[in-house]
Amino acid sequence: MRGRDLGFRLGTGAFALVLIVIVVAIGVELTRQSMLSIQKFGLTFWQTTTWDPVAGDFGALPFIWGTLYSSVLALLLAAPVSLGIAVFISELCPAAFKQPLIFLTELLAAIPSIVYGLWGIFVLVPAVRQLQVLTPDWLRQVPLFSGPPLGVGMLSAGLILAVMVIPFTSSVAREVLRSVPVSQREGAYALGATRFEAIRAALFYARTGIIGAIMLGFGRALGETMAVTMVIGNTPRISTSLYAPQYTMAAVLANEFTEADTELYTHALIEIGLVLFIITLIINVLSRMLIWSMARSAKPRTQPAARPAAAVA
Amino acid sequence: MSVRKLLAVIAGVTTLATGVTAQQTLQINGAGATFPNPIYSKWFSEYNKLHPNVQINYQSLGSGAGIRQLTNQTVFFGATDGPMTADQLLAAPGKVLHFPTVLGAVVPVYNIPGVTTPLKFTGALLADIFLGKVTKWNDPAITKVNPGVNLPGTDITVAHRSDGSGTTYIFMDFLAKLSPEWKQKVGVATAVNWPTGVGGKGNEGVSGLVSQTPGSIGYVELIYALQNKVSYGSVQNMAGEFVTASVEAVSLAAAEAAKSMPADFRVSITNAPGKGVYPISSFTWLLLYENPKDKAQAKAMVDFVKWALSEGQKFAPDLGYAPLPESVVKLEIAALSKIKVS
Repeated sequence: MRGRDLGFRLGTGAFALVLIVIVVAIGVELTRQSMLSIQKFGLTFWQTTTWDPVAGDFGALPFIWGTLYSSVLALLLAAPVSLGIAVFISELCPAAFKQPLIFLTELLAAIPSIVYGLWGIFVLVPAVRQLQVLTPDWLRQVPLFSGPPLGVGMLSAGLILAVMVIPFTSSVAREVLRSVPVSQREGAYALGATRFEAIRAALFYARTGIIGAIMLGFGRALGETMAVTMVIGNTPRISTSLYAPQYTMAAVLANEFTEADTELYTHALIEIGLVLFIITLIINVLSRMLIWSMARSAKPRTQPAARPAAAVA
Repeated sequence: MSVRKLLAVIAGVTTLATGVTAQQTLQINGAGATFPNPIYSKWFSEYNKLHPNVQINYQSLGSGAGIRQLTNQTVFFGATDGPMTADQLLAAPGKVLHFPTVLGAVVPVYNIPGVTTPLKFTGALLADIFLGKVTKWNDPAITKVNPGVNLPGTDITVAHRSDGSGTTYIFMDFLAKLSPEWKQKVGVATAVNWPTGVGGKGNEGVSGLVSQTPGSIGYVELIYALQNKVSYGSVQNMAGEFVTASVEAVSLAAAEAAKSMPADFRVSITNAPGKGVYPISSFTWLLLYENPKDKAQAKAMVDFVKWALSEGQKFAPDLGYAPLPESVVKLEIAALSKIKVS
């Protein structure tokens, strides 16, 4: 019996090891394949704004900016909506609507991103352009809303990303809320809490898991490619405006990799992949640290309780 | 007929039949340009109907990827919209030959509400618009070549390809010939550092941007402009005429080029001389090694190219490509004999 136990542990351990090996291998391979660009540009690759394949001059800053801007925008738009969906389904929804609603959010997650992109081009972008045309002049003076009404641009990208992220974030948040023990809510009610207060208590209880759900959505937004490239306008220029066409790292890879004809060009593109990899890594580490610190600060009061939520995250 | 004879005949027929089915299907793999993909797909399927034992697989990954895969010898043939550079030819492990297959054209498309007269463009004007120097539709530079057209004072929105593309290469090649500033500031490549404008993915992306954005201008392959019913302008050629793109006008450009065709067929025919010539035209090329390793594939491929250059050309106009002029086909048939098939 014990031998089988050991075998099982070693076996699953080996699978877990595969994960580490894959992550390290990706990092090593991306570095190896982008050596020319790393040697030529060094750290300035992260700081310069020119992307000129003809002259062989490459800088990644506009792509880094566009990726972070669009993902944060998507996060700001998607997080409240996702939380609302999750709370409604798990706490307030009449039983008859529960399954259909769950089914619909999961259906949204199953739609291929190219389909979102087409919907973006034909429905979302014209609607956003209309919104831009209707923007009053005084508002246009604000840097956030400046620029000609193109339709394509940061706002369209943020909106489409938000729609794509909502099913993931809301599904995980819903599961996290479901894992909150009934005793928590019963306790709240026993103390005379209203429904709203009981839900607030459940949300507080599940907060690490909810942060995890939001970060999962953020990760997805960082790497999303097809739908974004179809609506963002693909212009490597840093701008704070929601109306300005911009560019993301994943989009430039998808757009230019197949036609990259010089070695330096290919290496610069792979280095963009490396930069995206590093940024994703940093963001994941930061969100983990956030969750840990939250879980730790909650320990004295609700030590055993923090576990199920953190496990989902 | 005796039973024995009958049996012998049956036996003969069955061996013949099994002999045919047992004959192996020859698989030939290629990769490259997306621009000629529609006609290549048509050719490979039509050719397969005529020669069921030859199956040609083509992946339209882009010209750059085609050249890379040919150089790494992961495919038997490549395809490109811009001829290989001297450096790229040197990097290949063997001598690579270029074979023009059909011709295409790139047209300037625009969307100006209220303007129905087709606009005229010169190369220098297009360069200035795409450089961001001409920013209003009623700029004197535009009204000068379009007298009598009532152009609005709205902003020009430039739409270009965001993905690396042979279409971009052809358009850049034309602009660089007409505008020294373009050549110096931007250059010629499948992807460039755009001075202005927004990027759409693929021909469909650019034609979508243009058809949805009032006041926009872009460039697409002729067939996309026709299919999407976007307005496209005529372009001034070397002889000074404003020519609207058509299959005939593109073939004329090639016929002019054939008179001084270099032996390796690596020639740009943008801004070609001659009357009635459409100036933003280009060949698209198949790439083959002069001395391929696999002789069976080499023979089949040479046979296919001969067919594509003769019979195959009749499929071109329906798909928006211009067929090669006779004179070019003759030169190519002669060049095909250089490929070592045994």
